[in-house]
Amino acid sequence: MASYVHRIEVQYTRDPRLPTRTERFRSLGFPLRELHLVDVYTIATARRDFSPDELSQIGAQLSNPVVQRYSVDRPTEAEFDCAIEVGFLPGVTDNAGTTAKQTIEDYFGFRFGEGEAVFSSQLYLVCGDLTPESLQRLTAALANPLVNRVHVRSREEYGKKGMDAITPFVHLHDLQAAGTVDLDLPDAELARIGKEGITDPGTGERRGPLALDLAQLHAIRDYFRGLGRKPTDVELESLAQTWSEHCKHTIFASAMDDVPRGLYKSCIQAATNTIRKEKGDDDICVSVFTDNSGAIVFDDEHLVTCKVETHNSPSALDPFGGALTGIVGVNRDTIGFGLGAKPCINIYGYCVGDPETEPALFRGKNRENPILPPRRIFEGVVRGVDVGGNCSGIPTPQGWCYFHDRYVGKPLVFAGTVGVMPRTRNGRLLHEKQALPGDLVVMVGGRVGKDGIHGATFSSEALDPASPVTAVQIGDPITQKKFSDVIVKEARDLDLYRSITDNGAGGISCSVAEMARESGGCHVLLDRVPLKYPGMAPWEIWISESQERMTLAVPEEKIEAFMSLMKRREVEATVIGTFTDTGRCVVEYNGETVMDVDLDFLHDGLPKKHLRTEPVETVYPEPDVPRPDRLDNLLLAMLGRKNICSKEFISTRYDHTVQGGHVLGPVQGAGRVQTTATLTKVVPGSMKGVGLSQGLFPSYSELDPYRMALAAIDAAVRGLVAIGVPLATIALLDNFCWCSSDEPGRLWQLKRAAFGCYDGAVEFATPFISGKDSMFNDFSGFDADSNPVKISVPPTLLITSIGVHPDVTTAVSMDAKFDGDLVYVVGETGEELGGSEYLAHLGIEGGAVPALDIEAAKVRYERMTDVIKKGLLASAFPVTHGGLLVALAKVAIAGRVGMDLTIPGGMRPDTYLFSESLGRLIVTVAPSDREAFEEIFAGDAHLLGRVAGETFRVSAGKTLIEQPVTAMETAYKAPFGGY
Amino acid sequence: MARANNPRALIMSGYGINSEMETQEALMRAGMASDIVHINDLIAGEKSLSDYRLMVFPGGFSYGDDTGAGNAYANRVRNNLWSDVKEFLAGDNLVLGICNGFQILANLGLVPAFDRDYPREIALMPNRKGVLECRFVTLKPAADNLWTKGISHIYCPVSHGEGNFSCSEETLKRIERENMVAFRYSRDDLSPAGGEYPYNPNGAIADIAGVTSADGKVLGLMPHPERAMEFVNLYDWPVRKERLKREGKPLPLESMNMQFFRNIVAYFVE
Repeated sequence: MASYVHRIEVQYTRDPRLPTRTERFRSLGFPLRELHLVDVYTIATARRDFSPDELSQIGAQLSNPVVQRYSVDRPTEAEFDCAIEVGFLPGVTDNAGTTAKQTIEDYFGFRFGEGEAVFSSQLYLVCGDLTPESLQRLTAALANPLVNRVHVRSREEYGKKGMDAITPFVHLHDLQAAGTVDLDLPDAELARIGKEGITDPGTGERRGPLALDLAQLHAIRDYFRGLGRKPTDVELESLAQTWSEHCKHTIFASAMDDVPRGLYKSCIQAATNTIRKEKGDDDICVSVFTDNSGAIVFDDEHLVTCKVETHNSPSALDPFGGALTGIVGVNRDTIGFGLGAKPCINIYGYCVGDPETEPALFRGKNRENPILPPRRIFEGVVRGVDVGGNCSGIPTPQGWCYFHDRYVGKPLVFAGTVGVMPRTRNGRLLHEKQALPGDLVVMVGGRVGKDGIHGATFSSEALDPASPVTAVQIGDPITQKKFSDVIVKEARDLDLYRSITDNGAGGISCSVAEMARESGGCHVLLDRVPLKYPGMAPWEIWISESQERMTLAVPEEKIEAFMSLMKRREVEATVIGTFTDTGRCVVEYNGETVMDVDLDFLHDGLPKKHLRTEPVETVYPEPDVPRPDRLDNLLLAMLGRKNICSKEFISTRYDHTVQGGHVLGPVQGAGRVQTTATLTKVVPGSMKGVGLSQGLFPSYSELDPYRMALAAIDAAVRGLVAIGVPLATIALLDNFCWCSSDEPGRLWQLKRAAFGCYDGAVEFATPFISGKDSMFNDFSGFDADSNPVKISVPPTLLITSIGVHPDVTTAVSMDAKFDGDLVYVVGETGEELGGSEYLAHLGIEGGAVPALDIEAAKVRYERMTDVIKKGLLASAFPVTHGGLLVALAKVAIAGRVGMDLTIPGGMRPDTYLFSESLGRLIVTVAPSDREAFEEIFAGDAHLLGRVAGETFRVSAGKTLIEQPVTAMETAYKAPFGGY
Repeated sequence: MARANNPRALIMSGYGINSEMETQEALMRAGMASDIVHINDLIAGEKSLSDYRLMVFPGGFSYGDDTGAGNAYANRVRNNLWSDVKEFLAGDNLVLGICNGFQILANLGLVPAFDRDYPREIALMPNRKGVLECRFVTLKPAADNLWTKGISHIYCPVSHGEGNFSCSEETLKRIERENMVAFRYSRDDLSPAGGEYPYNPNGAIADIAGVTSADGKVLGLMPHPERAMEFVNLYDWPVRKERLKREGKPLPLESMNMQFFRNIVAYFVE
């Protein structure tokens, strides 16, 4: 227990962020005059105190005398009306506190011990007359009750004493032992264990859901009957983790209707197998589905990896922490690929509710536990990837945002990473790994706390003030950066380990057990695992999801060199056991065996299911759309739609130039328009580059899930084709974020979408290399009157495409270039408004979802590659959300040039301009290249007009649109201008 | 070691520094070999600063910018390597800090370093907008010195949350009087940015993007020339390419920014 506590407050003498910060909160409706910010460090020590002189030296170390002042154990003096201090709850990662601690340690040459720490907090000094309600709202906007403590004082209460020094240490008292669990129970009681968890013998309370169903519990009971003993809590918790939907993907893996091998094997994996066989020597796949990421060939010496994850539930509760752990977590899927790939590009994607709405929805009855408003979630997830990606030194060029009211209860947060690695080093294929019996199990990175135990199970009960936060996690990108650097830039090439994997879901229970399959068993000493604080039970240590950890298999003869290297890089590494060939997963805690299970049962013992689906009949009549006369206002309105307009504030906040490979970035052209595909060099000196694009059409899902999947694949592929990536180099990743996947109708939609994935991938010959699914994205809660409400996300499929550009100097950007250039649409436009942004704008449902003629598209895309290689295109851009007119407008805005366009007759102009028919691209061509270009495309390229002047004109017999491009740019950029 | 004939650069790494590899690549392309050295290996004496002629603090997010960007890493240098650094500064050597490296130099007092006491006299405060800003900027040389020789302009990314150059009026006057401002943010036509966003991306006073020490041997620079070494790294290369193509001119491989690194290498060759 700390005996000496001191508080150091640091403030800018003239804070440059003050106007922006104040303005931001004023725009959120708070009547503030000014909102000041003070950084607070609370230093708590037990064995020694600091003298006033030493404290001054610490203050000087933690501040900058040129622009800041600090005070020691003395409140900051300022004019204000009210003070709000926001700190962390016990056990929440406090990165600034840790840095301050290290600085003090370094300065005085001593180490903080147990029960000693530095805690950071932020003190907001509020100037303005806030009502109590408004103050409460401001507090809610500054802090998240799941991770933050808040302390509010009026000016009078603050007085001369200031705020209290608060030290959120974790206190856990009883050292917990492993217990056994009786499963010889009636089914109702068994089911309750599955749903609510094991009853803790200490507290008498349920520990939280195991998410095991009755059939699974029976299988576990029978297994232990066979062993003649009861399972321990460690064993049961471990099986629950390993058998979870998250780890085993039971819905995708189980037999479904007449698909006996399940959707994953029959659609996703089968597509890849078919394509690989057909491509023969031209196969681009190196490692698919088996590792933490998928990998394709980059060149003769290198391969590139890719993985896209979701982090939805945590982001609903703590958007910042959820998205941050999402991005640094998927970075570990790169570091944990093969023997370790270097993360070189980050990818993001956010599906959230309309940030201008504030739906009154609650997790509990009687208006308890309100959901976070969409804007709060949106801004939080944006900031999470900002901190995670930027601090890790990984560029984040590629991403998108999609808004729909059905994401209000459960946002979807996609986070992906591309990695690069040499194909061989020291005579080893780096994408292969193999832990051998006798290798030591080594955990590196952060320490283990109660973080993430039982996932994001939301607890509405009041938390014990000294109990650690478990539901949500905040990542520590610098701790991860330290081990990432030493692993992929040093230890890998020194050949110091034989296998590596990420500690993600299920913590070491999953990572060690997974690696144990390589050697044939493991023996873990749980008491060796370094903890954040004492007092954790063995089952908690085993399944904790504390961030920033990897598990490695280090041969005994290399352990000294390995540990020494880690120590020199200040990376904590601990030997926690041995890989064996016993066929068993054995875990010991303080000399007692707390787990001893056959690996075969652990990994393959879960009972098979056979899922049934029921077709969902959707009949939507062709919509009756009022026929507009002029389209000027529609154009401006469409450009301002949230799914179409600029979200550039994200692109500029996310470093997309680090590592020096920027070729085609997230915004392009003088008019700075956000693109669909990006291009990045990942190997210095090579002319090749990695192209990334994505496709996502949730608005098509309820109408036609099969076509929805084809649309996503086509858009992802077409985005890459537009910048010059050849079809033959492209691979795909799937992320299914479904809802209510226990309902036969939703499963039918899933099956249809999976069939679409198979057909799309096989026809384009673009293999799936990795994927992830999240099947229950439903919000169940209450409205303001305590009526039950269920809001399910629209079935959402994200397709990410990765491909290798053969020569980045031939790449094509989206912006129209020069007056006189010819504007074409390549591909055919049909009357396909179903699920379109246009109908959404009009508030009309129905219509035909775009169908895809893959044969024709494939020919077209190969021609695109040909004309780009020949240098015949000045710009290219795929037509997606919003249709032709939006795409044309974006190309014009990006180039800050006008266009004179005439559209063909035969179709209603609004239908022609807003139809979202697939397979189309807008290209511009220099007049001198016209002949060569048209010869290649023949009748598939339709000349619409020319780049000209500063006005955007569209006519069809008569003028439909005449707008200055500057007005269009304003409309396009206005909606998120204040972010 | 044939120091004089074969000058090497030491590129600092560790604790969240992240631009060491592209910095090494830029120097290599300009003709200078370098070693990426973890700060702990210098502290442990496994590597020695005295074996090098150029010390580079690259970009990054050391210590996650906690306690002020560059502050914690600067503390680690001052608390463990200070005498080695001072000795290095006394020799005929150069020091370069880019972005986080500049923040570290500012916190160490290596710029402006009017005298050998190295107090902190300039600060790189949080950007006016309060968030990280990643975009291309145009820089115009503001002094004629070893770093700016032959450079008409630099066009490269900034990517920082704290690049808002600040100092007392007195310090500013002295920096300007002694020609220590190396680069200023400017508009595309090289006229002054005049503090206007986004040309001046962070609110830096007097559009200052980079300053040297009083003796000219240390440069701190916020933008990242090492991230735009090639023509295809430039934000607007597609339109430049299209123009060159129509004028019948060949595409350059390198960008204008390489001159900056050539100048550094040239210093040691002469």
